[in-house]
Amino acid sequence: MTIGSQAETALAAGGDRAAPRFWQLAGLAALAIAACAVPFLLSNYHIFQVTLALAYAIALLGLNMLTGYNGQISLGHGAFYALGAYVTAILMAKFGVAYWLTIPVAGAVCLVVGFLFGLPALRLEGLYLALATFALAVATPQILKYKLIEDWTGGVQGIVITKPDPPFALPINEDQWLYFFTLAIAVAMFVFAWNLLRGRIGRAIVAIRDHPTAAETMGINTALYKSLTFGVSALFTGVAGALGAIAIQFVAPDSFNVFLSISFLVGIVIGGLASISGALYGALFIQFVPNIADQISKAAPWAIYGVFLIAFMYMMPTGVSGAVRAVWLWARRRAG
Amino acid sequence: MSRPTPSPSTGEGRGGGGARSLRSGRSSMNTFLHQVLSGLATGGIYASIALALVMIHQATHLVNFAQGEMAMFSTYLAWAMIDAGMPYWGAFFLTIVLSFAGGIVIERVIIRPMEDAPILASVIVFIGLLVIFNSVAGWIFTYTIKSFPSPFPAEPLWGNSYISTHELGAIAITLIVLVLLFAFFRYTTLGLAMRAAAENKTSSRLVGIRVGWMLALGWGLAAAIGAVAGMMVAPIVFLDPNMMSGILLYGFAAALLGGIDNPLGAVLGGFIVGVLENVVGAYVIGTELKLTVALVVIVGVLVVKPSGLFGRTLVSRV
Repeated sequence: MTIGSQAETALAAGGDRAAPRFWQLAGLAALAIAACAVPFLLSNYHIFQVTLALAYAIALLGLNMLTGYNGQISLGHGAFYALGAYVTAILMAKFGVAYWLTIPVAGAVCLVVGFLFGLPALRLEGLYLALATFALAVATPQILKYKLIEDWTGGVQGIVITKPDPPFALPINEDQWLYFFTLAIAVAMFVFAWNLLRGRIGRAIVAIRDHPTAAETMGINTALYKSLTFGVSALFTGVAGALGAIAIQFVAPDSFNVFLSISFLVGIVIGGLASISGALYGALFIQFVPNIADQISKAAPWAIYGVFLIAFMYMMPTGVSGAVRAVWLWARRRAG
Repeated sequence: MSRPTPSPSTGEGRGGGGARSLRSGRSSMNTFLHQVLSGLATGGIYASIALALVMIHQATHLVNFAQGEMAMFSTYLAWAMIDAGMPYWGAFFLTIVLSFAGGIVIERVIIRPMEDAPILASVIVFIGLLVIFNSVAGWIFTYTIKSFPSPFPAEPLWGNSYISTHELGAIAITLIVLVLLFAFFRYTTLGLAMRAAAENKTSSRLVGIRVGWMLALGWGLAAAIGAVAGMMVAPIVFLDPNMMSGILLYGFAAALLGGIDNPLGAVLGGFIVGVLENVVGAYVIGTELKLTVALVVIVGVLVVKPSGLFGRTLVSRV
């Protein structure tokens, strides 16, 4: 099945035309200024929400790498998010490790676990893979509650962690610092993903999605690439989970239920499959649309959310980034 | 704001007799038989849901994630009718008819426009439907758990101690539904037309089959089968808006285990999953991790046999 064929245009575009390049850079600069202005314009609660959205964006980027670029459907990325969050929480609360040191550890653990999970997943495709990963998502809260590991995970109660203070006596509060910390990591992860996907490895990943047999004939080690993509995708999601745990200052089994994994899938499809900017749009959707739905109807907020989902898919079947691209191409044609 | 958690963990320990009977001190053979039989009863319900999933998958190659919630909503309709004083069987058949019509309307109004959309976009529309049904059911009927009547007598048949009459009745009704469906697809022109439309759209159009309507009919049938499953499982698990999430998952697992392109395989898969779930839950691990273990076993089987136990192995031309 072809999942994100609209990506080809994204990969093919770029390079030789100077004018679009200028607009792209201008757009990025505007985004950077806006991102730096956010913590000084919003209330602490809203800063917290945006911080969480940034963490989600990293998770969606990881899932998009796997599902959008590599064509492997995962309904279980909530499990890797949970794993990252718990690694950070356990290291911080039980071993007193500094919060920023826990993030690479969370990422490394998820890389290994994701790679190992990717090995049996090689045998499964499409719906069957969806079921296997769905099972992972379902199992996550039950495993986290399991009695034998309660000493580590805190069982149903979860683990409370403390909010880090801003370093070097910076004149900002904790929420603002956490926002900048998350932003910095998010930028690093986005650059990493962009570099990974636009080069040789990225082309191999996309080739496996579009035609596995042809890809193998071209000398691509399909099995290795697929498992590695699973691992790297889990790494991104695990880092996101770690950042999310620090932002919320709390981890508990029931916050990592099936709904989280489904939200991630919703995020990448709404944002746009096989698109890096799609991760941002998708993260904003899954973070803020439930709140908007709640304001519209207190009685049945999720019905409103469902209507939003269906309406988005009607209007933009290729996601927000697909729609943005279409508008952009249309404007370019108009301009000549 | 509380999320409508489709968390199948809430379904733990509800389905079947489970560990309860272990305590009653009967001989171990009796207990084992009891586990297997009540596994068959829940298995029949999984089989129905699996069949509904296979039906839509055959025609569209999509898995309808909203199938469980549609069944849940149908069950609420039946509950409302019975609550208003209707006799059980009247409500039963009226619910089936209404669900059938509802399924057709959903296909025509919501699914049809997504015909040419990417696969995952359709999946998101299904997820949208899922949360809408869940939320609207909670809004209209509240989230408090309701008991749902069984049409069968409360005392076990012939005084046996292995299986309750409701469980036996649920198995019987599942089998009746299966036979009816088989007869419909095998011996009626309409059934033949539906199979043709699922097999080859273009050729079917050329011989004058209205493929779009066949799809809508498939949705109607799937919704009706789901409604039967919902009404059969509700007396066992009680009625609440999240009751079907675990059952949908097992139905999905059953369909894949049996082979998603094989209706008979899906039904057998349903029974296998039901028994497996109960026996594993009672003897191996306890109800705490029952769902997890059942799923791990299923995934394990799939790793060995990727297209299911009874599925066709697809050979694609390069």
